[in-house]
Amino acid sequence: MTKKSPQSPLGAPSRRAFLAASAALSASLFLPKGLKAQDFPTAAVNTTGLAVTDTDVTVGILHSVTGTMAISETGSVQAEKLAIDQINKMGGVLGRQIKFVQEDGASDWPTFAEKARKLLVDDKVASVMGCWTSASRKAVLPVFEQYNGMLYYPTFYEGLEQSPNVIYTGQEATQQIISGIDWVTQNKGAKTFYLLGSDYIWPRTSNKIARKHIEKLGLEVVGEEYYPLGHTTFNSVINKIKLKKPDVIYAIVVGGSNVAFYKQLKAAGIDMTKEKPLLLTISVTEDEIRGIGGENIDGAYACMKYFQSLDNPNNLDFVKSFKDMYGQDMVIGDVTQAAYLGPWLWKAAVEKAGSFDIDKIKAASPGIELATAPEGYVKVHENHHLWSKTRVGHAQPDGQYKVVFETADLVEPNPFPEGYQ
Amino acid sequence: MSDFPAMAPGRETGFLNRTEMLGAAALALVIFVLLPLALDPFRLNLFGKYLTYAFVAVGLVLCWGAGGILSLGQGVFFGLGGYALAMFLKLEASTPEATAIQSTPGIPDFMDWNQITALPGWWQPFHSLGFTIFAVVAVPVIFAFIIGTAMFRRRVGGVYFSIITQAIAAILTILIIGQQGYTGGVNGITDLRTLKGWDIRTDEAKTALYFFNGALLFACLALAQFVRRSKLGRILIAMRDREDRVRFSGYDVASFKIFVFCLGAAFAAIGGAMFTLQVGFMSPSFVGIVPSIEMVIFCAVGGRNSILGAVWGTLLVNWAKTTFSEGFPELWQFGMGALFIAVVLVFPDGLAGLWKSHVEPLFGRLKPRTSAPQPAE
Repeated sequence: MTKKSPQSPLGAPSRRAFLAASAALSASLFLPKGLKAQDFPTAAVNTTGLAVTDTDVTVGILHSVTGTMAISETGSVQAEKLAIDQINKMGGVLGRQIKFVQEDGASDWPTFAEKARKLLVDDKVASVMGCWTSASRKAVLPVFEQYNGMLYYPTFYEGLEQSPNVIYTGQEATQQIISGIDWVTQNKGAKTFYLLGSDYIWPRTSNKIARKHIEKLGLEVVGEEYYPLGHTTFNSVINKIKLKKPDVIYAIVVGGSNVAFYKQLKAAGIDMTKEKPLLLTISVTEDEIRGIGGENIDGAYACMKYFQSLDNPNNLDFVKSFKDMYGQDMVIGDVTQAAYLGPWLWKAAVEKAGSFDIDKIKAASPGIELATAPEGYVKVHENHHLWSKTRVGHAQPDGQYKVVFETADLVEPNPFPEGYQ
Repeated sequence: MSDFPAMAPGRETGFLNRTEMLGAAALALVIFVLLPLALDPFRLNLFGKYLTYAFVAVGLVLCWGAGGILSLGQGVFFGLGGYALAMFLKLEASTPEATAIQSTPGIPDFMDWNQITALPGWWQPFHSLGFTIFAVVAVPVIFAFIIGTAMFRRRVGGVYFSIITQAIAAILTILIIGQQGYTGGVNGITDLRTLKGWDIRTDEAKTALYFFNGALLFACLALAQFVRRSKLGRILIAMRDREDRVRFSGYDVASFKIFVFCLGAAFAAIGGAMFTLQVGFMSPSFVGIVPSIEMVIFCAVGGRNSILGAVWGTLLVNWAKTTFSEGFPELWQFGMGALFIAVVLVFPDGLAGLWKSHVEPLFGRLKPRTSAPQPAE
């Protein structure tokens, strides 16, 4: 960003060089603020009638803040508001302050569709940060494609989708699964797996990819089972697990069922800290642990792209700002961080395109890099998913994960994996 | 427009009395004139969606208000009707060209995600629109007939009947979610685009569907009113109040109950199909216990003895739901709760009861005093 200032022969910076350097420094510091609204006349940056004025731009936030999903989605709402607040303090987007209209999806997929239509048609928002479950995304997708809106979707999900109107800031299934399974086989000598999940598309597709990968490695899946969302009695499957003695329980249990599952595992005498069997999950973030209780999941492994405990300057800043805004006892899970990326990626796309027009943002999005992401560096792929690292965390009794592994390179998103379908 | 008054002269015995006539005219005025003039296509489409629930509420007035059969599982019929049409629309949207990205092109996307490689046999007939329209009504009615026969013949009634209908709603939801390769699971059947090549997502289509929906609703209202006015309707009310006496008078009580339950199911199914058309997808969240009970609430808010009240109740509750939730995304459910408490405590007969007790006396007082040719209003 800043060029190395020329040095005088004596080693001390000359006055001139100092001035030049400080000018460069201040220019670079205030570069974002340099984007003044008057340099980007509304008529030029908004040719399709979005809610953009000379002073501000309106975006939508569409999550469930009531109903069964509220516990998961609240973190996303908070992260998105935090990002918007920070962007506004830096001078906004193309010199315009971001305002938001928040709508409640109420954990009900048709309501999501109704509210998405309202945001796009009535409010004419310039983009929407929202949705959490695949079902809600599937419900709004036709709406976004019909009215040409832009959705920033934060959750890790099953893949098999690639819409020009969506930026997927979470991982698609292969990004979350393959490295994790490789890690347990290489480092823990795992040979047999028991796959378990809630009964809907994400766990099923994820387990399908997991099974293909396990079988490719020449290892064995000894059981695979699904339970309805909200299911709370896992005794029979726990007995089967005890009988089959797999090396790894691969668990994709979602939502409230998690509380029952981990408590019953513990009650049945399966001590995860002994790693016999080892438990690997892709569905339990720090948010879920708050409900499960750290002592009940102590010793489990989770494969995600982000953990609150990540030790890098971006993340330390992010965790601090988040806690300052919402309270010191807040925890931040993988999806919350991915939601935080949404407004930033949108801002970067708008600035790269020099326009709020959806079509120009679509075209500008691939290749956008975000070096300030709490998870580290991320980059938008051609397919509108993010390049990101995969990490394995080890659950601690205090409800945090200790990072025990991360991939050396960014993992390429591949929503339509060949050979895994 | 298929207005009530136009049909009324056919029955000189008084198909509608004066207040009912006024009520029907007012409703027609609101649905066919005021709302379309006042609202943009998006809001109009929302009201179209609310009106699809009104079909269920009207069916409930017949079953519950008149027949005394409280079904807490009307979502089942709403869902079956909606799913039947959704299957047709999904097949139309899943052309081999549109689904070229899949491992098996030409089948609905959710089947492909679940490793199904051929369209199941029971989906095949839904390629035909004629069969689909038949199935929209027939499947729920046959299902209702089976449930009704099984229960009413055994004289299961009252609370037990309500509980069983609830269980059926729960079972069907679990079945749909569990068989996601064939039903779309939790996601439902989404991304419906065209009906025989006619794009149902455009504003024009939505407006046209709104009017069609309104006309259908009035047809159902007319049918419901016909049932209420007929001897059958009087037997239903007699059954509700003194079932044994009706039975001892020689009537086959079970048959009447089965009939009205099937009729309620048919109304709900038509509503479900219209819902699919206007909203563009169908999901198990309309089949379960919660939506089924919500539909009973619509009916209760409107007044369970009034078919027009049921429509008003549905519109009011849903409009309030949308408005509260847009205004107060995090608090709106308290507002809805307060509304329902108010219904039970303050006006147990619903809107229709309020109208009767508070508004109609005004007319009564007005008439003799003015005796002007201009009627009240």
